[in-house]
Amino acid sequence: MTAVTAPPKKASAGPAPTRRTARLRPVVRVLSLLAALGLWQLLTTLDVQLWLRFDQFPSVTDVAGEFGERIGDGAYWQDVTDSLRRIVTGFLLAAVLGVAAGVAVGRSRWAADLVGTVLEVLRPVPAIALVPVAILLFPSNEQGIVFITFTAAFFPVLVATRHAVRALAPVWEEAVLTMGGGRWRVLASVVLPGALPGIFGGLSVGIGVSWICVISAEMISGEYGVGYRTWQDYTVIDYPGVFTGIVTIGLLGWLTSTVVELLGRRLTHWLPRREGKATA
Amino acid sequence: MSTDTDTTVTAPRTEQPAPGARLSVTGAELGRPGAVVLRGLDLEAAPGEILTVVGPSGCGKSTLLRTLAGLLPALAGQVVQDGRPVTGPGADRALVFQEDALLPWRTARANVELPLAIRGLGRAERRARAEQWLERVGLAGLERQLPHRLSGGQRQRVQLARALAGQPRAVLMDEPFGALDAQTRASMQQLLVEVLQGTGATVVFVTHDVDEALFLGDRVALLGAGGLAGVRPVPSPRDRGARDTPATVALRHDILESLGPRAS
Repeated sequence: MTAVTAPPKKASAGPAPTRRTARLRPVVRVLSLLAALGLWQLLTTLDVQLWLRFDQFPSVTDVAGEFGERIGDGAYWQDVTDSLRRIVTGFLLAAVLGVAAGVAVGRSRWAADLVGTVLEVLRPVPAIALVPVAILLFPSNEQGIVFITFTAAFFPVLVATRHAVRALAPVWEEAVLTMGGGRWRVLASVVLPGALPGIFGGLSVGIGVSWICVISAEMISGEYGVGYRTWQDYTVIDYPGVFTGIVTIGLLGWLTSTVVELLGRRLTHWLPRREGKATA
Repeated sequence: MSTDTDTTVTAPRTEQPAPGARLSVTGAELGRPGAVVLRGLDLEAAPGEILTVVGPSGCGKSTLLRTLAGLLPALAGQVVQDGRPVTGPGADRALVFQEDALLPWRTARANVELPLAIRGLGRAERRARAEQWLERVGLAGLERQLPHRLSGGQRQRVQLARALAGQPRAVLMDEPFGALDAQTRASMQQLLVEVLQGTGATVVFVTHDVDEALFLGDRVALLGAGGLAGVRPVPSPRDRGARDTPATVALRHDILESLGPRAS
């Protein structure tokens, strides 16, 4: 490794991030990732056993080798597309229905009385505990898995939407009413755009929970997918395979939450942001 | 006096504005159930006049405006526009709020376009009209700015443009310049006078600033803690030079007396 010329550190010790430190941020991110991988490699190749045992643990190179092999295999991509299809279907359903239910419950006393209580009782039930219900309800495992994924994301989206809708400034609605706008105009021009920042908070949480549930559901009901494969590899003690699965889940989760994040930032570009534009 | 209900929206009617609305409340009890702020109120705004309503905080000025706008039903008595009872909000009565009522996700132009979109105007026409109004309130070049990029005074200018773009028959203004500094307030008062010219709209302007009420109003309604304390005609409305004439000084004195010792 060639010596990286250390940037002059305290060149601008101010509260506002300068252009130079901004350019440095991606470098820091890559370096921290490399450091984590390096630590992993070190612990596993040295077979460290300090209460935590790394002797059975596959090393980074083991996993990378396994990963490289599987990427060339059609079965791997079949699993990835299976899992992605399930999560995208379940998540999109949850987004649409969660926003609709959240707006209804947040805006209408009738809707709140009618479905609010039922939803509040169902909400604390972990989606994964609904596996038996899904098996009873749906003719195929596939639909059951999508249902579990949907349920997982539905409640965070519902709750975030309801809060966002209730927190809207009343003047916005009154302004539209005094322009002659009706219910639907208020909904389209005030409620939905105004609640969007909050809704995206719920969607970000939702996509994360969805992954937890799609993987768990695949492990339990076994109809292919990354979760199923990971569990299969575990049962045949193929640890590099297990870690390939874990890395795949991590990458897919990161990919989908980034899509949600970027979409959210694009749709709420009107929010006042600091000039420095803190990027996540 | 029934105005033609199906006026064509395509023909710009700025040249020949429809007459301003006649707004009246009679024997009105205003507020919310259990929190009545005004009882037995009788007040009328004549077509095309500027009626200023002055009074201390909490006297029910805002409640009166919101009732006229149709956002708040009267608990008793009548609220009437041109002989017809007011039953809800409508595009013919625009409301200008004291607080920031612009939609923060819409640019200045898109905010002004909103009432035109609600009226069903096409994209090109509403864009042209919105730009025209923004220019009239002195915001040419700032059409594409988001509200949070504008100053408080500029935002109130956008609100004014948005209210007038819908060609309302009455403009109800709830301390629209109350949060602005004195200099900005004076220039906004001047601007308001200018942009109202030719619209024919009736204006009900609520303020706690007696000088503002005296400058803008054709008549000043005094709203004290006990209700309406009288309506006074202004000797020379919208004339800065008349600020210190004996008639105005006497009227200001009279108003401050009527509103009670602690009125400001």
